Amino acid sequence: MSRRHPGTRMPKLAIGSASALVYVFFYVPVAVLVLFSFNQARTGGRWAGFTTDWYSALADNDRLLTATWNSLFIAIISTAIAVVLGTMLSLALDRRVFRGRTAAQQVVYLPVIAPEIVTGVALLAFFSLTLGRLNDMLGRSAQDAIRMGRPTIIIAHVAFCTAFVALVVRASLRTLDPSLEEAAQDLGANGWTTFWRVTLPAIMPGVLGGALLAFTLSLDNFVITFFVSGPGATTLPIEVFGQLRRTISPEVNAISTLIFGASTLLLTGALGIQSAVSRRRSRPDGDSGPDGAAVARPDAGLRNPDAGASHKSYPSNPQLIGGGKP
Amino acid sequence: MEPNHERGTVSLREVTKRFGDTLAVAAVDLEVKAGEFISLLGPSGCGKTTTLRMISGFEHPSEGRVFISGRDVTDTPAHRRTVNSVFQSYALFGHMTVADNVAFGLRVKRRDKKTIEAKVHEALDLVQLLGFQSRYPGQLSGGQQQRVALARAVVNEPEVLLLDEPLSALDLKLRQAMRFELTRLHGDLGMTFVFVTHDQTEAITMSDRIAVMDQGRIHQLGTPVDIYERPASRFVAEFIGEVNMLEAAVVGGDGARTEVLLPSGHRLTCAPVGADGLSPGAPVVIAVRPQRVLLAPEGEIDPGGHAVVTGELRELLFLGDSTRGTVRLADGSELVATRYNEAGTHPFGLLRPGDRVDAGWRHGAACLVE
Repeated sequence: MSRRHPGTRMPKLAIGSASALVYVFFYVPVAVLVLFSFNQARTGGRWAGFTTDWYSALADNDRLLTATWNSLFIAIISTAIAVVLGTMLSLALDRRVFRGRTAAQQVVYLPVIAPEIVTGVALLAFFSLTLGRLNDMLGRSAQDAIRMGRPTIIIAHVAFCTAFVALVVRASLRTLDPSLEEAAQDLGANGWTTFWRVTLPAIMPGVLGGALLAFTLSLDNFVITFFVSGPGATTLPIEVFGQLRRTISPEVNAISTLIFGASTLLLTGALGIQSAVSRRRSRPDGDSGPDGAAVARPDAGLRNPDAGASHKSYPSNPQLIGGGKP
Repeated sequence: MEPNHERGTVSLREVTKRFGDTLAVAAVDLEVKAGEFISLLGPSGCGKTTTLRMISGFEHPSEGRVFISGRDVTDTPAHRRTVNSVFQSYALFGHMTVADNVAFGLRVKRRDKKTIEAKVHEALDLVQLLGFQSRYPGQLSGGQQQRVALARAVVNEPEVLLLDEPLSALDLKLRQAMRFELTRLHGDLGMTFVFVTHDQTEAITMSDRIAVMDQGRIHQLGTPVDIYERPASRFVAEFIGEVNMLEAAVVGGDGARTEVLLPSGHRLTCAPVGADGLSPGAPVVIAVRPQRVLLAPEGEIDPGGHAVVTGELRELLFLGDSTRGTVRLADGSELVATRYNEAGTHPFGLLRPGDRVDAGWRHGAACLVE
């Protein structure tokens, strides 16, 4: 029997209240934001009654809407590219042995720790230089010169998102039993088949987690985007910042509330699907003998062909979707 | 010598594997017969797993050639070899059902649906897992996962089945049951099994032949009886079962017997060593199993048919199924004797610790090594 520490109650209380405070810290400002998006008062910190006017006004705020679509477009494209690049990168860093691997492993995380302002300024310098050269080469005049816009934002977002994806995917690669891939090869699978049918499904939680992280980071990035966006394309954070500088607009509260709601749904959905899949794959079935050695059920023969043929491709996808449906 | 082209043979020719400066496998020669159950037995780090991995294709030998069914596969990648493996960790695909795991190899080889269905059914029947097709590996017990791993390998009808310590993750009871199951499977399939283990009991009870390995070399290759009764070296004798080791020196002998002298002053007659025997003065070790050692009051063992030494009985230890007596000889070396306990009788008669005793064994019960 372990000795009970006399001071056990005190730290327990302290830990409990500290945790509660952290949550207050997190969510009270968000609650205020949500509340004020339904506030009739245009300015100030007083409550003037409930309204949904600001949500309907959103439909007419072209600048905000354009910026939102821009942000979503950029986030989707850069996430897609970053997930592919980041996964490939982490596979190379983890599975291949090459000269300078350790250095490469360290340098990959530079974008994660480098101050965004540095990355932003560096990218600005880089794009001015390359776009200037490009315009000279193509003989573009000042009017129809290629400027910074969505492509440059996407390139910038891909750059830092890839590092984050690689970080998350490597973590799940490290916990992967290396003999899984050997088993696939042993059964006759070449490198590609092994990757698509065994490695990727096994690290899928990491890849999806990386994608979610990349999407969120891209969606709300301000500093780097500020430097590489042009007059042609602003993203939502930059547009919101611009509008707030002029006047505090309740429409900004409304769109922020919508985005907060959407990302909460996305996260909850992702977590729900993941836990449903892992439950399904680890739940012990109650309907067979404990050891199950020779417990052939009468329907076993009927179920067998179905089970053997229905999951011709790897079964993770259909389950992900199926498992998420209520 | 031309490698044997019979389906299911494995030949290793002077196979060496180095990892940096470490010599993992040192010029191993091994001829595995078709349909044989052969065990690579040795302590961890002896090179047995590396040897197996050179047969499966996961390691490329630094030197030497590997033949499977007479074909040189040294440069053939693992996925094109006609062997299949059962891994220590089972390495089941957690995102696939049992049926999909077993069907994996056949699907990769693009066999038709009907054939796959039938073969998966047959393989699961063989390992007594019918009815578990739609389960996931995470829902199975260790023993069931083990059987899925077996089914997933044998469904491809490999020429050789490679097993890397497949029983080490199971608890004792299950391990014993799986030993019989593996032996039965080997009999049913008639496939060549190459089995890697550090457990001498597993190797002795299941194998047709055992290759005892240490430090990258095969110390002895033989049947379980050969290995147990006629160990070729001190290492083999010590690794397989319990054994008494008595240092001695050769003092004479001929092709039929060897005379040795123990440091305790006893002169014994032993079985001959090799064809040419050993020259007088050579140091040897007498290896004798504890269950072959008789204990009796001093002077009561017939020195005509037995090798006899005398000493003091130090200890009698009750082990449940047997009793273990320890005798100390004049030079301080110790000798262990074990005897099964029978109802109502004392296994060593009236002997008590502190008594002067004769410890002896029949000529031929001991062998000389080194």
